[in-house]
Amino acid sequence: MSNDTLRREPMEGFDDVPGTTLFDAQRARQGYHVNMFCMSLMKAENRAEFKADEEKYLRKWPMSDEQRAAILARDWGRMIELGGNIYYLSKLFSTDGKSFQYVAATMTGLTQEQYAQMMLNGGRHIEGNRSKSEQAWKDAR
Amino acid sequence: MAKIVASVNVSHVPAIGAAWDNGKSGDSYWKPVFDGFDFSKKWIAGLKPDVVILVYNDHASAFSAEIIPTFALGCAAEFPPADEGWGPRPVPTVIGHPILASHIAQSVILDEFDITIINKMDVDHGLTVPLTLMFGQPQAWPCRIIPLAVNVVQFPPPTGNRCFNLGQALKKAVESFPEDLRVVIFGTGGMSHQLQGKRAGLINREWDARFLDSLVRDPEMARRIPFIEYVREAGSEGIEMVMWLISRGALEKDVREVYRFYHVPASNTALGHLILENKSFQK
Repeated sequence: MSNDTLRREPMEGFDDVPGTTLFDAQRARQGYHVNMFCMSLMKAENRAEFKADEEKYLRKWPMSDEQRAAILARDWGRMIELGGNIYYLSKLFSTDGKSFQYVAATMTGLTQEQYAQMMLNGGRHIEGNRSKSEQAWKDAR
Repeated sequence: MAKIVASVNVSHVPAIGAAWDNGKSGDSYWKPVFDGFDFSKKWIAGLKPDVVILVYNDHASAFSAEIIPTFALGCAAEFPPADEGWGPRPVPTVIGHPILASHIAQSVILDEFDITIINKMDVDHGLTVPLTLMFGQPQAWPCRIIPLAVNVVQFPPPTGNRCFNLGQALKKAVESFPEDLRVVIFGTGGMSHQLQGKRAGLINREWDARFLDSLVRDPEMARRIPFIEYVREAGSEGIEMVMWLISRGALEKDVREVYRFYHVPASNTALGHLILENKSFQK
């Protein structure tokens, strides 16, 4: 193998980053219908149909019951875990009239006001948020 | 010949577009953001580029999950603003440069970058927000724009090194175009931000500053930054910054830092902005 094609990027190690779900090829496969459902909401007539009967509309998409339940409950963190991606999910929360900041706040367990204030204060600090093993080491001391 | 003379690197936060479109650019929250581009607007008005190559990522607007090209070059005559779920942004249609774009596509494919050619595409906030920040609200954008969409949504995106090399291939492609054209390349997205999970809201000011420094002075180091470092230090969506390596690779080794601006927060994001000119370039 020539140097030109030498793989330089490992795919391992990302699970060590706390509070983060990598939207990789397997998650994209798992979440395909969740994300395509979200894409359908870019059309006004689909948004109207979805709003009129969410459960009925969702049955048109061959997703798992778990995925359907997470969507109906607007459990954004769960949708991400089940293969949803934030840019696709943005079509759903835009349909709900919600913002990126609202959704980000719900995933962190903060109120939108608390989250917005955290951002105004400079955002979530990197110290203590780099690595699960670093966190576990600190907790053990 | 045509020549890339400078790069404009800038975040493309959608809320900036919404603030502008809804007349909130003078609000206390947004005013410091827009003020940060006063210099840039004057700079680019003075430079008068004929063409902008705009490196950005589509956010599930033009491509969805059905087709995910790693690099896609817009060769169409025009690109309408996308409806991202709340109606298209009230901004001018983007006018392309199909002759130069097709020349670039041909050149980079022969240089072994298997780029996707796009002849029909709506462009979302990733492309239009940087235009708003740099040009304000004209009746028509003041130059031709060639979109270069990069997948940074589904992991893995192209490596920083691959992006840098593509930038070098773009430079070569532009310089082999016979018409005298002044070209500026935009790298967009970033800086540190995470929009998902319990770590949402992450900002890393120190890392962002180091990244900007390395782009200016040590691109050989910047192109080797591994994915895990972007994700760990700059957040899951901070990975967008690999696109700034394309714009850096398209410049010469020695550059002048013309302007830098950094502001937290723009919604969930650290907004970064860096203008570089080739050292050899004399206005």
